[in-house]
Amino acid sequence: MITAGIDMGSRSVKVVLLDGDKVKKAHLMLPGELDADQAAEKAYDDALAAAGLKRSDVKAVFATGAGRKQVAFASEGITEMTAGAKGANFMFPNCRTVVDVGAEEGRGIKTDAEGRATDFAGNEKCAAGAGSFAEAMSRALQLTLKEFGDASLKSDKTIPMNAQCTVFAESEVVSLIHSATPKEDIAKAVLDAVASRVCAMVRRVGIEGEVVLIGGMVHNDGFVQSLKTAMDVDSISLPEMPEYISALGCALIAAERQH
Amino acid sequence: MIANYGYKDGSGEYYISIDTDKCIACAVGRACLDACPKQMFEVITDDYDDEVIWVKKPNCRTLAYDCADCKPASGYTAAALPCVAACTPGAIKHSW
Repeated sequence: MITAGIDMGSRSVKVVLLDGDKVKKAHLMLPGELDADQAAEKAYDDALAAAGLKRSDVKAVFATGAGRKQVAFASEGITEMTAGAKGANFMFPNCRTVVDVGAEEGRGIKTDAEGRATDFAGNEKCAAGAGSFAEAMSRALQLTLKEFGDASLKSDKTIPMNAQCTVFAESEVVSLIHSATPKEDIAKAVLDAVASRVCAMVRRVGIEGEVVLIGGMVHNDGFVQSLKTAMDVDSISLPEMPEYISALGCALIAAERQH
Repeated sequence: MIANYGYKDGSGEYYISIDTDKCIACAVGRACLDACPKQMFEVITDDYDDEVIWVKKPNCRTLAYDCADCKPASGYTAAALPCVAACTPGAIKHSW
C-alpha cells in the first residue's frame, strides 16, 4: 500500500511516498511562486513521476506544515507536532525529545514510545529561533550557510546577542563587524543565540531520553554544536534526511489510518 | 497532550498550557470560551479526532497584550484568572 505525506513548509514543499514502511521516493521542491496550491500539486506530481507511480496508486495523502490546509487533494491535515514526533520516532525508536527547527518556526516536542506527541512548545512569534534568522545573519557576514556553520565551529568565544528580533540582531551583527570581531566569533554568537531560544522551548516540555533534531537546521554543523551545548546533552541524533521527517511522519500516520 | 501556546521574548515568557487529555471530557461545556474576556479560545478537532480547545493562532503571537488585563498587576492570582477558574477539569495553566 502506497501512502503520501506532504509537508507544506514556509520555505519548501517536501513529499514522501511510502510503500508499507519503506520510503519509495522523497522529493523536495522550493516554491518559486506564492501559489501554494500549485506548488503542492507540482511537488506531488514530480515525486510520483520520479517513483513511476500514478495518483490512483496512492491510497491516502496526508498533509502537514504551515500550509497544510492549502493541499486541496490531501484527505487529512496533521499538525507539525504529531507528524514530527511520528517521523522522528520511526527513525529513532528510543527518541523521546524532538527538536524541530525549520525555516520560520522552531518547536520542542515530547513523544511517547509509539511516537505520539505528548507535550509541545513552539516559537510562534518570529523567526529569531529558526533557520531564516541564521540565513539572514550569514548574508550579513557574506558567507554561505555552509561556510557560516563551519566558521562558528572555529570559534571558542562566547559573545551574547541581546536582540530578540532578526532586524535588530542584524544591527548587532553589523556593529560586531565594525568593531573588527572575527567572522568566526560572530557566526558562533548568532548560532548560540538561535540555540538558546530553541533550547528555552525544549526545556519548557522537558528534555528526556534520546534527543533527535529534525528540520533543515540539521545541515548546519555549527548550530548542532551550539544546541548540544545549550541543552547540555552528550549527543543529539541526526536523521539522514532531516527536512523530510515531518512528511515521513505524515505518510506513516496515513498508512496507520488505512488499517 | 500538553499544548503550550505562546512565546518567549525579551520581556518574558507568555505561554498558555492546555492539557488536552483533561480538555476532551469537559464537564462544564467549554466554559473557557465565554470566560476569556478576549475570546481567545476556540474548539478544534485535533489530530486524534478529539474535540479540544486551543488558543486562536493570531492570539498566540500577542498573548502579552491580549492577557494584559489578567496579569497579577490587575489583581488576579494565577488560580483566579477567568479562563483558569472556568476550566474545572484543570486543563488550562498560564506561565505567569
